[in-house]
Amino acid sequence: MSRRGPACLRWGVTVALWLCGLVWAVDTTQLPDPALQARYEVLTHELRCMQCQNESLADSPVDLAADLRREVRDQLLAGKSDAQIRAWMAARYGDFILFRPRFSLRNAWLWGAPAVLLLVGVIVAWRVVRERTALLADDHEPLDEDGG
Amino acid sequence: MNRFLLPLGIFLLLVVVLAIGIKHSPDKGTIASPLLGKPAPQFALPSLADPSRQVRSQDLKGRWYLFNVWGTWCGECRAEHATLLQVSRAGVLPVIGLDWKDSDEEARAWLSQLGNPYQAVAVDRNGRTAIDWGVYGAPETFLVNPQGVVVYKHIGAVTLATWTHEILPRVTAPATGS
Repeated sequence: MSRRGPACLRWGVTVALWLCGLVWAVDTTQLPDPALQARYEVLTHELRCMQCQNESLADSPVDLAADLRREVRDQLLAGKSDAQIRAWMAARYGDFILFRPRFSLRNAWLWGAPAVLLLVGVIVAWRVVRERTALLADDHEPLDEDGG
Repeated sequence: MNRFLLPLGIFLLLVVVLAIGIKHSPDKGTIASPLLGKPAPQFALPSLADPSRQVRSQDLKGRWYLFNVWGTWCGECRAEHATLLQVSRAGVLPVIGLDWKDSDEEARAWLSQLGNPYQAVAVDRNGRTAIDWGVYGAPETFLVNPQGVVVYKHIGAVTLATWTHEILPRVTAPATGS
């Protein structure tokens, strides 16, 4: 039954949906330089909107996110590096604003834990393998004697 | 025996670590400010009462003050207003307001209607100063010591309990430093 729907209606709906995407886009900032624009997009996607917390600055429609995007834009235009901008944000809002956490003394144990766990795993595995090979060796000798 | 002791030990260690984590985890939704123990951000903004004058952070050095971020668009700010009036009446320290992204007329109407707890209100129309203070929602309140260091931050409406248990003890304690 839907097949009988006129083609113009289907096209109309498609175009309307596409327009929705454009109209509802949160961030329409355009920087003059494509390289700056690329950095702007990476940064705004990597910084958290503090009000909505699970959205990035780029995706959040709230006022504060717009203010912080403006800040990112202005600092990029002023020639700041990505690291400088991230540090500027973290100095005000804490590391929580960074979706990709930085290494610090406070979270060193968290970064180091996988390596420590891997080391423990390797030691345990090595000991198990050594014990089993020892058992195998023990098994073989009496077998040889009995069988021989 | 050793075969069971080791996993049990690891399990108990895990329980202890997780218990510490749960006990010390901050309230959901509140984020510790990196500003604590650091100098309060500098600002010089037009005064709400008289836009030709400025409210400047450097003029506040040398004494305790409460820095309260509010706006007439903020519902919780209305809820905390009575408490701020009481705090102001207590006369222990001045309350400095930051009117965040607000209309001056509405802010003045709000203060004449509900009473004015602020010694001065700085107008932050574009929100830059609020960002410097790491504000992400109103109301937020900071306690700044005479050395100009932020010693406490409260997110959400200040209540009398906040005042008596968190703010007042810090102000009256002799020479706590930061």
